[in-house]
Amino acid sequence: MTVLVTGASGLLGGAVARLLVERGHDVRTLQRRPSGVAGATDVAGSVTDPDVVAAALDGADAVVHLAARVSLAGPPAEFDTVNVGGTAVLLDAAERAGVRRFVQVSSPSVAHGGTSLVGVGAGTADPAHARGDYARTKAAAELLALDRDRGAEGMAVVAVRPHLVWGPGDTQLVERVLDRARRGRLPLLDHGAALIDTLYVDNAATGIAAALDRAPDVHGRAYVLTNGEPRTVGDLLVGICRAGGVRPPTWRVPAGLARAAGGLVEAAWRLRPGTDEPPMTRFLAEQLSTAHWFDQRRTRADLRWTPEVGLDEGFARLAAHYGGSAA
Amino acid sequence: MTAAPLRPALHVPSGLPGLDPRLSHVLAVDVPGVALGAGVPTWHYLDTGPELAARGVEPVGTVLAVHGNPTWSYLWRDLLTASLDAAAAGAPAWRVVAVDQLDMGWSARTGRLRTLPERVADLDAFTRTLDLTGPVVALGHDWGGVVASGWAVDHPDQLAGLALLNTAVAHPDGEPIPAPLRAATAGPVLRLATSTTRAFLETTLALAHPPLVREVADAYRAPYRYADERHGIEGFVADIPGYDAHPSSPELRRIAAGVAALDVPAALLWGARDPVFRDRYLDDLLDRLPHARVHRFAGAGHLVAEDVDWAGPLLTWLREDLGQRDAASEPERAAQDAPLWAALDARADDAGPAVLDMAAPGGSRTVSWRLLARQVRRIAAGLHTLGVRPGDRVSLLVQPGPTLTALVYACLRIGAVVVVADAGLGARGLTRAQQGAQPDWVIGQAKGLTAARALGWPGVRIAADPLHPRLRRALGVTHTLVDVADLGRDEVLPPEPAGDDEAAILFTSGSTGPAKGVVYTHAQLTAMRDVLAAHLDIGPDTGLVTGFAPFALLGPAFGTRSVTPVMDVSAPRTLTARAVADAVRASDATVVFLSPAAVLNVVATAGDLDADDRAALGRVRTFLSAGAPVGEAMLASAAALMPAATAHTPYGMTECLLVTDITLDGIRAAATAPDAGVCVGRPVGPGEVLVSALDADGAATGEPSAAPGVLGEVLVRAPHLKQRYDRLWLTDRAAERDTPPGRWHRTGDVGHLDADGRLWIEGRLAHVLVTADGALAPVGPEQHVERVDAVRRAAVVGVGPRGVQQTVAVLETHDPARRAGPAPSDLAAEVRAASPVPLAAVLVVPRMPTDVRHNSKIDRTRLAAWAERVLSGGRVGTP
Repeated sequence: MTVLVTGASGLLGGAVARLLVERGHDVRTLQRRPSGVAGATDVAGSVTDPDVVAAALDGADAVVHLAARVSLAGPPAEFDTVNVGGTAVLLDAAERAGVRRFVQVSSPSVAHGGTSLVGVGAGTADPAHARGDYARTKAAAELLALDRDRGAEGMAVVAVRPHLVWGPGDTQLVERVLDRARRGRLPLLDHGAALIDTLYVDNAATGIAAALDRAPDVHGRAYVLTNGEPRTVGDLLVGICRAGGVRPPTWRVPAGLARAAGGLVEAAWRLRPGTDEPPMTRFLAEQLSTAHWFDQRRTRADLRWTPEVGLDEGFARLAAHYGGSAA
Repeated sequence: MTAAPLRPALHVPSGLPGLDPRLSHVLAVDVPGVALGAGVPTWHYLDTGPELAARGVEPVGTVLAVHGNPTWSYLWRDLLTASLDAAAAGAPAWRVVAVDQLDMGWSARTGRLRTLPERVADLDAFTRTLDLTGPVVALGHDWGGVVASGWAVDHPDQLAGLALLNTAVAHPDGEPIPAPLRAATAGPVLRLATSTTRAFLETTLALAHPPLVREVADAYRAPYRYADERHGIEGFVADIPGYDAHPSSPELRRIAAGVAALDVPAALLWGARDPVFRDRYLDDLLDRLPHARVHRFAGAGHLVAEDVDWAGPLLTWLREDLGQRDAASEPERAAQDAPLWAALDARADDAGPAVLDMAAPGGSRTVSWRLLARQVRRIAAGLHTLGVRPGDRVSLLVQPGPTLTALVYACLRIGAVVVVADAGLGARGLTRAQQGAQPDWVIGQAKGLTAARALGWPGVRIAADPLHPRLRRALGVTHTLVDVADLGRDEVLPPEPAGDDEAAILFTSGSTGPAKGVVYTHAQLTAMRDVLAAHLDIGPDTGLVTGFAPFALLGPAFGTRSVTPVMDVSAPRTLTARAVADAVRASDATVVFLSPAAVLNVVATAGDLDADDRAALGRVRTFLSAGAPVGEAMLASAAALMPAATAHTPYGMTECLLVTDITLDGIRAAATAPDAGVCVGRPVGPGEVLVSALDADGAATGEPSAAPGVLGEVLVRAPHLKQRYDRLWLTDRAAERDTPPGRWHRTGDVGHLDADGRLWIEGRLAHVLVTADGALAPVGPEQHVERVDAVRRAAVVGVGPRGVQQTVAVLETHDPARRAGPAPSDLAAEVRAASPVPLAAVLVVPRMPTDVRHNSKIDRTRLAAWAERVLSGGRVGTP
């Protein structure tokens, strides 16, 4: 089928587009920069531009919507424009174009506040209680998308929520961690003992592709996607640092302090011109000091999907990419 | 009391949690002798009868429920709901009629104080007016228990059963009424506490464990909002017959005597944390209703009906005990062939040594068979003369040694039940055990009696050693053992107890909740002796060295001499290799029993042995380490000191002390097997083992079977299996749930049988993890993790919700970690590589939390809770 993948210049979008090409689909991509995905047709532009979107969707059967503003800080309005506005534009256009399957790529943070998540299910997206602008706007976008679900007879909408996607070339998590560790700016919050489940990028791609395949049967629902291998934050950071050939962090900061500091830094960064990321945000502090892992039974059963790349294999691939060591 | 305004009965308001207002009814009852200007008093009551009738269901009988003070029929709401549900599910339907007593709840306010005889008559008038026919089970709580019992006693033709929750029908001998009530009944305090203020009401509601949710507490308060609605509370308290001359005392005595004559099925559901109706009242009720099903909820209090699920168990009792009533068959009273004291009788003229106590404070002490038999006989007769009766419970707080041995056999001989609560339970556990078992007599040394006095343990106190008169008085000691023996010098012994009579109560270690009393009969203890003697080849000439002092008690039962080596009997770890050799030499014994702690130190001090010592140990033929598992290496080291001996390490529990046994050779043979867990060998003697497979949720639901390779709960059957738990009817039921015909016991251990019939233990049922891949028993993975060099002990626990639990290894390392937390990454990697299951995290602790008694059972429940907290990002602290 003809599939439009938005946000294919990112790590995950690119992986999804490549996988769909590999599987013989007719793949178009929509983003501002070239996707670099061989075999896909790039459409340059923003998801917030109705004309561009309409053109990109002409004759498409399915949409995988990944394009989003994913920064940890920044002016709230930007998140609204891209994440909520862009999704609305895309949904309208998709419906008009007769698209039958729509995979909304969301985030587990849409349903959960700053508390520990210990083996929980997906839950309903809740913008009012989401923490930070990213989570808030992604929650609103997911609700918009699922509201447009018309089932197998119309446009089947399914939301998937990959949790902490990482892999070689990942600028969001891996390279940020490596960069900070290199500069000695990566502390362990408390003892780095919170259990966190993550998702290796190739698994994220197969999971999203599974949602696309299964959309007519599982439409209207949201699924958290993870490797199903929670690890402590400390273990993950050590794994990433070693794979990147960087000395792992050894200093500890109390999580409460980091959260307070994160809030301050976040506020200060808003007042300051510039595009760099703040070293610590409240959201990040929460992410790194509370447990985040999920009940994957429904996801795996409904999507008929299991992650193929285990955590250890993932670290090995990371090491191969960055020249570090895998163990 | 001043006349209160009269008010007719009302229906319950809607919206009370857990109560369907359609069950609320009002009935006018003409009470003879109560002439009221406002007409006949009206009752409020809850009744499922009309609802059952509307459904076309014919009830098999009626439960008549009577609340206490200051509650109302709301107390019984769960029974109403559960009985309707059970009826809807097709079970025999019991109608439930729960009254509000006059002046209480929503019933009429009559304006005058009602006495106990009046209340009993009131209830009779009510049931006659209601035209209650058919079988009736009377149910009561608190002072409602007295009124319900009164109804029961007065309606023998209709009475089908009696069920009571925390109540009393008598004040046990010489006991004053409970102190909190004494205060409340004292003159001017009464009105202030009960009517004018809501103190009594609020105090009672505050007795719930956990606290009542606000809506439920409000429901209890609803009919007692104003002072003039609370006169009934005042009247009830004023009517407590706290002294003999009280007008209600004769009625209370009449009811108490009547209850003792009842032979209908009875059930007692009891909250142990009741400051008013304490265990002695339960004990009194059990004396009157010895056949009652009794469950003592350790964590529940006065409002037991709010604290625990009691309605389910009550319906179970109705279904099972009132279903079809068989005429109770008289238990066989046959005397035993070879009772535990048979050897004492047979060797009563033997001057040879029966007990060698090398650990005695003043130096080695030998007691001949003749002397021991005489002491036992005299103490037995003396205790009997003193009033110790068959079935009386005697708590022995005496250090192991010849005195304890004599006491145990004396008690057994006269049919007294020996209560053995060891110091391993800790002071708090001991107190709970003593309160729970309610011994009638306590025989102790100064230390034990001091604890009994200080902690208020029940029982008439007898000093085992001579005490200074002042100390005797201070400790509340009424007799000393010397006097008791003198008393028995010329008295005849009572008839011997029968095999079915209860003989002893032992306590579980309490590592999985409050310690439970385990009841053994004479036949079961005798069977235990016979199985051990046959299996370990113990005979009159083998002798027995007991490196764990309590084992010395077994000597006279085996009919062989026992010797306790030089050691601190309260600390087995003080036993040295030389002391064992000395003991073997002194007694010429060929059997040695040790505890794991003793084994450890014997091996550690083996270097002190000289050639003569080694030669003595070389004559030992049987060596046994019992109590907790010892590793192959440790057992081998000990066995090396006794090269001619077969080394045994049995597996058992308080409920069945000997289930299986394995020898050192057996352990070595098992080491090559691929099975997970600890191989504990094959069932001993007539014992049998089956396994009830775990399902995907980790519950032991499988049909018990001997199929090899199936992980499940271990079931045991043996003639020496316990009779039952003490006052834990529901625990008994749980342990016997879905077992094959015969006396089987669910052990709570999980493991599997192999194709050779060997049993492998893989942990406790309560510690089984349920991951997304199914149930996982912890011991198998722990064994793999413990092969990592740095690891001394490992515990595998689960975090997260059952069904998706993540597996976590918690380690104690040889080089102890300075603080608890995530393991260093290199160690974590090594442990992960060694583990057969994926591990989400590897944590270290400086020291594993363990049980008090054995210092070896890792408290995995506590570790799991700690890991859950830490891995959620919580404070690390210590487990």
